[in-house]
Amino acid sequence: MIRRLIPHPLLSFALLLFWLVLTSFSVGNLLLGGVIALFAGTMMAKLQPATPRLRRVILLPKLFGIVFYDIIRSNLAVSWLIITRGRRGTRHSGFVPLDLELKDPTALALLSMIITATPGSAWIEYSADEDHLVVHVFDLIDEDLWRAQIKGRYESLLMEIFE
Amino acid sequence: MSELIMNAALFYAQATLSLAAACAGYRILIGPRAQDRILGLDTLYVTVMLLFLVVGLRLGSIFFFEAAMVIAVMGFVATVALAKFLYRGEVIE
Amino acid sequence: MTDFATIPLWIILPIALFLVIGSTLTLLGAIGLVRLKSFYDRIHAPTLGTSWGTAGIVIASMLFGSYIEGRAVIHEIALGLFITITTPVTLILLGRAALHRDRLEKADHLPEELRSLPEARDRAASD
Repeated sequence: MIRRLIPHPLLSFALLLFWLVLTSFSVGNLLLGGVIALFAGTMMAKLQPATPRLRRVILLPKLFGIVFYDIIRSNLAVSWLIITRGRRGTRHSGFVPLDLELKDPTALALLSMIITATPGSAWIEYSADEDHLVVHVFDLIDEDLWRAQIKGRYESLLMEIFE
Repeated sequence: MSELIMNAALFYAQATLSLAAACAGYRILIGPRAQDRILGLDTLYVTVMLLFLVVGLRLGSIFFFEAAMVIAVMGFVATVALAKFLYRGEVIE
Repeated sequence: MTDFATIPLWIILPIALFLVIGSTLTLLGAIGLVRLKSFYDRIHAPTLGTSWGTAGIVIASMLFGSYIEGRAVIHEIALGLFITITTPVTLILLGRAALHRDRLEKADHLPEELRSLPEARDRAASD
């Protein structure tokens, strides 16, 4: 019964929290935000999305920590490359093809966001049939190093969390 | 002292963000291809949104934050629609 | 206009620092957008502005708002989150569209193994 009334409790709660952050806290806003959040949750259930299964939530902060650190590091690296005009023209960019073992759609979405949000690497193409991914790298020195970085740093952790 | 530092920082932020918006506008004008122009538009709206936040900080007004929020939403929808159009709308085959 | 003279130095300094960091990174990204030679290089440039460029200015705005209001003002986080989530979506779509167009034109600057890949093959099979 409660499942039918609140099909996506986490989503509804996040929406309500967002509503209260954007407005100011009052009973009226709490009620209005709550109704909207419940309505959005019901609509979401009608769309029937694949429910993501989190197996080891405890590792999520570790992932966010790693990504946070990498974004700061690559921000500095890319700014430096732009200031020095790519180490005076010696910078090379290129495409790095790699095969993924990750299958879970939510985990793949998260991986694509991590790779694109980090300056210096961009997700160009992914084929789900062949599990084949092409990433464009801004400062390509060693292709295998990038493969090892994406597979070892992100993919293995995402697989542990989602699969 | 506080006033001096804050005014200098605000002036610097406004000047650099305006310059960044000009760079993005330049890329929209020269292209050379449609995807470059869309990328320029994407940069332009993020920059202008940040400029609105800085102006709001200077004037101490909440309305600039709401305007920035609207710019962010509209810019996202616009660039996604344009990118999607490039992918399927233009038939060269 | 806010009267900045009444605000103590210990809160002004971090605000000014984050403002300068954020706007400088955004400008560097935009300069990269103008200066870089190929589209696939340029696609990396705006991410400077949307990662720490946005974060810097959002943090500055949050610090300032919280001090002025005397409570934690965190609604700018919504803006930061929105930009963080939407930029990858735009850039991935744009990258795919660019690759698609380059393939149709058989562009020379694409590496050999990228010239005909899954989607082209799929469509050829379904036509």
